[in-house]
Amino acid sequence: MQRKVVFSGVALPYALLAPQLAITLVFFFWPAGQALFMSVLQQDPFGARVVFVGLDNFRAVLTDPDYLASFWRTVYFSFAVTVLAMAPALLLAVMADRVVRAAYAYKTTLIIPYAIAPAVAGVLWLFMLNPAVGVLAYLMRTLGIPWNPTLDGTHAMLLVILASAWSQIAYNFLFFLAGLQAIPKSLLEAAAIDGAGGTRRFWTIVFPLLAPTTFFLLVVNIVFAFFNTFGVIHAVTGGGPAKATEILVYKVYYDGVIALDLGSSSAQSVILMAIVIVLTAIQFKYIERRVHY
Amino acid sequence: MATLKAPAPLPAAARAADWQDRTNWFAHLIIWVGVLITAFPLYLAFVASTLAPQEIAQVPMPLVPGDQGVQNYWQALTQGGGRQLSPPVAWMMWNSLVVALVITFGKIAVSVISAYAVVFFRFPLRMFFFWMIFITLMLPVEVRILPTYEVVAGLGLINTYTGLTVPLIASATATLLFRQFFLTIPDEYVEAAKIDGAGPMRFFFDVVLPLSRTNIAALFVILFIYGWNQYLWPLLFTTGQSMDLIVIGIKKMIGTGDALTDWNLVMATAILAILPPALVVLLMQRAFVRGLVETEK
Repeated sequence: MQRKVVFSGVALPYALLAPQLAITLVFFFWPAGQALFMSVLQQDPFGARVVFVGLDNFRAVLTDPDYLASFWRTVYFSFAVTVLAMAPALLLAVMADRVVRAAYAYKTTLIIPYAIAPAVAGVLWLFMLNPAVGVLAYLMRTLGIPWNPTLDGTHAMLLVILASAWSQIAYNFLFFLAGLQAIPKSLLEAAAIDGAGGTRRFWTIVFPLLAPTTFFLLVVNIVFAFFNTFGVIHAVTGGGPAKATEILVYKVYYDGVIALDLGSSSAQSVILMAIVIVLTAIQFKYIERRVHY
Repeated sequence: MATLKAPAPLPAAARAADWQDRTNWFAHLIIWVGVLITAFPLYLAFVASTLAPQEIAQVPMPLVPGDQGVQNYWQALTQGGGRQLSPPVAWMMWNSLVVALVITFGKIAVSVISAYAVVFFRFPLRMFFFWMIFITLMLPVEVRILPTYEVVAGLGLINTYTGLTVPLIASATATLLFRQFFLTIPDEYVEAAKIDGAGPMRFFFDVVLPLSRTNIAALFVILFIYGWNQYLWPLLFTTGQSMDLIVIGIKKMIGTGDALTDWNLVMATAILAILPPALVVLLMQRAFVRGLVETEK
């Protein structure tokens, strides 16, 4: 799309673009290029020599059982977070769309977690679920569940999943609610007059019309679970116990910044980059389509 | 001829709403469960922030606020995190505020002028530059941790406000949003400005910027939260404690997360970390909701 009437001048637009382009080049493209470049190099242990090793780093990463375990863990984690963040959000949005009284007060409370950093959300859940003083941990112990996320990997995973999903529900809720409110009421009334019950109306009219929103949120939530949950993992479990919560983005950080394995970390960065590119491309392809609706 | 006078009906909408509300106890119930799940962790954090450490350690802790609140918040704000060393929370909040505001206004400023250039001018490589900005969406910091660290370190920006903010100031989403909006400004406005002899900068300040008010307000909320809640970036680019942001500070105060943690101070800090972004969302709720749904479309 273009405007028909524009201003003339060439120097001015370049000057206006310059600040953003400079930041992009220095802090986005240059480092991304470096990651690509370093992913095909190998540094000897003393840092004295760097040799070109082609795709060796990738081969090493992709055949490393630790990496593969981390990959499947990330898939599992993302799936759980996405489902737990989207399903309750949809339910709440459908209900909030129905009630008239107190709707504003409800909405105000439900969106607050959006303002909370994932890492802080993690700390709030850690406080409730840590075995020493946690209120919910105590509750589970009295129910006979031997809850201990500091020792049990499954428990730790559950903890970070709950905290991550909790901090993402608000976002999904807002989008579902906006989607629901955009559905013409006349459609629903027509269906009601034809005798379609509430459940039927939901599945035959509301749900299909919400499909674009749902699909958009699906991608956003996967991206969130893959990348933005770093704070939760780092603050709550540090990837442990015994790597039970080490998802890919935490592993890149750990291998690069803590273990200083540059080649492997760069190869992992490039793999993550590919994942983001695919997810973003899917998202925008779908948005292009939606323009025709 | 007798005039039939029907009883004055309730307005249809009010009647339907009333009927719906009475039959919708189920909807209210579900939402109440949602509100409970949302609010409980926050309520518990608040309660813990008003208790003495011994009261939290006695499991289970009391579920009603205690009387140590003022003392806990004062200690956190002025001295920091008890047994785990941390700078005073007031200092970390100041750091967070500076970083969040610079990121917010920086992003808005560079994006609004980039979008203006791309929409209101024709020049070589126009779309190429636009795509360059757009593609940064696909390069989140998480996928380029080490090389970005090296660039920032090479420029001597570790432990500086500049290092914490400037690299985050590029914004594909904000640029896209402004571009979309600028495309809807009628051509007549531009023509009128030209006839009146107003140059492009005059047009920008007198027409485009005022028209963008609502977009800027919405972006302010979203970007302030983004800036305040940064985690990975400050984790990488600050060493020591002088430049700690509050979100990172909390993590450091937890330590091992066991009984030795001063949970009363950690929770007071958590509440303080939540307050500013939550206030921004609550006070600007309308702009925020509209902006969020539009920005991400």
